Amino acid sequence: MLEILRPGVQTTVQDLGRHGLRHLGIGQSGALDAPALRIANRLVGNPEGAAALEITLGPVRLRFLRDGWLALSGADFDATLDGQPVWCGWRQAVRAGQELHLAGSRRGMRAYLAVDGGIAVPEVLGGRATDLAAGFGGFAGRALQAGDRLPLGEPLALEGKAGSRPPAWTPEIRALPGPEYAEFSAAAQHALWSRPWHVTAQSNRMGYRLAGPTLDRTARHELLSHGVLPGVVQVPPGGQPIVLLADAQTTGGYPRIATVIEADLWKLAQARPGAELHFVPTTLAEARHALQQQRYHLNRFNWSAYGD
Amino acid sequence: MKPAAVRFYLLGERAAVLAADAPAELACQRRIWWLASQLRGHPGLIDIVPGMNNLTVVFDPLAVDGEAMLSELQQRWSGAAEACVTPREVRIPVRYGGADGPDLDHVARHAGLSPAEVVAAHSGAHYTVFFLGFQPGFAYLGGLPEALATPRRAEPRLAVPAGSVAIGGSQTGVYPAAAPGGWHLIGRTALTLFDPRREPPSLLLPGDSVRFVAEEADHA
Repeated sequence: MLEILRPGVQTTVQDLGRHGLRHLGIGQSGALDAPALRIANRLVGNPEGAAALEITLGPVRLRFLRDGWLALSGADFDATLDGQPVWCGWRQAVRAGQELHLAGSRRGMRAYLAVDGGIAVPEVLGGRATDLAAGFGGFAGRALQAGDRLPLGEPLALEGKAGSRPPAWTPEIRALPGPEYAEFSAAAQHALWSRPWHVTAQSNRMGYRLAGPTLDRTARHELLSHGVLPGVVQVPPGGQPIVLLADAQTTGGYPRIATVIEADLWKLAQARPGAELHFVPTTLAEARHALQQQRYHLNRFNWSAYGD
Repeated sequence: MKPAAVRFYLLGERAAVLAADAPAELACQRRIWWLASQLRGHPGLIDIVPGMNNLTVVFDPLAVDGEAMLSELQQRWSGAAEACVTPREVRIPVRYGGADGPDLDHVARHAGLSPAEVVAAHSGAHYTVFFLGFQPGFAYLGGLPEALATPRRAEPRLAVPAGSVAIGGSQTGVYPAAAPGGWHLIGRTALTLFDPRREPPSLLLPGDSVRFVAEEADHA
């Protein structure tokens, strides 16, 4: 068991999300920084899609009720275990009764805590991720509260150190032009790629609202409702873009000026309100290559952790 | 009737879209359901999502080539049939008006009808589930009698109760879970529209035929 003593701004149980259910209106959910969740899981010997905690800002305090291993990834939250520093990106043995404290991040927005055996909440619709809007999955379908006790899976026999270097966050977000890109004015198209975009406070797991120059659409017709995905950049009538993320609805009706490539979605997850982002145009080939590189990096780490 | 122009395009590196031009038509939607059913189980495909007059296919970009997926969609569409299976008919009992439907009078005034006439028209019509979206299990229904179309509320409610039957513009629907909403509430059903522990979790599925049945007030 893992007991939550202080849950922070928003701590939820997440995995890699639900897939294949969008036609029923069921969204994806799952870790916003998916590569970080995969790394934390691999460090403690779990399948990379095991359930772990996504921790948004701090401070957070938890108590372990069994011996085991933990790994933190994503944003560095200056963590300590009974007062001793815990390195982000490394695994660490933990004993029953020890308390983990995450002070908060100086950079980045979300940390991931994996425990050997995974968070063993029941599977709902094929996943353990929390669907906050619909109120199912995860722990009781909600963000964690003080006093919650999370079941853990069977402990694993691990030995020694394993660590990985986190990818470097940069403000460049690669994107492909969206289906309605050509319906925006030349000035709007130019602004999308050349002007800085600021993450506003109206940003959450459903999507990030960005602030910048108004993006004018020259076409006036309304769109019929269509499927949308994490990464789609919608522009509502106000002209300020929204980048959809894991908790977004499955269908939408706003024009899509661009789509952020999957390999760069984690950068949004780690961008704090006020952060400046730059959209960089890319190609299909580059988008696929970037995703391949990201998976390669994960596999290479796996080799160094267990092959040595 | 001339078939609507259809466009095929990629949405990012991991989705392909087939989209017919407005207006939305049942005949076109039937072909979309047919195509969706044909594509289910296709290797490398993750999600097959019908929208209004369109279909979005989500795939693993490292396993499926997007351009090839587009040609495949194009080819299959040209040979697509209208889904001709007999639709399931789902009856939804509704308590109209009162605390369950606080906007019934507003809809009636807008339509120039009595509340009883609104209930008769709404429960007398045949509806079709075009697609699901917005919330798990939320069905976009086609078939609302034109006279009942009512512009959305200027100020959305912060919390519409689960089971509310509502009219927004020319559409009608049932909220599976409590949510903010700008549609007019004309009644409420006791049926559970979405239950993650049920198989299938959604009461309504694309293609279903839906009737609303007015319950007597004393059942409330």
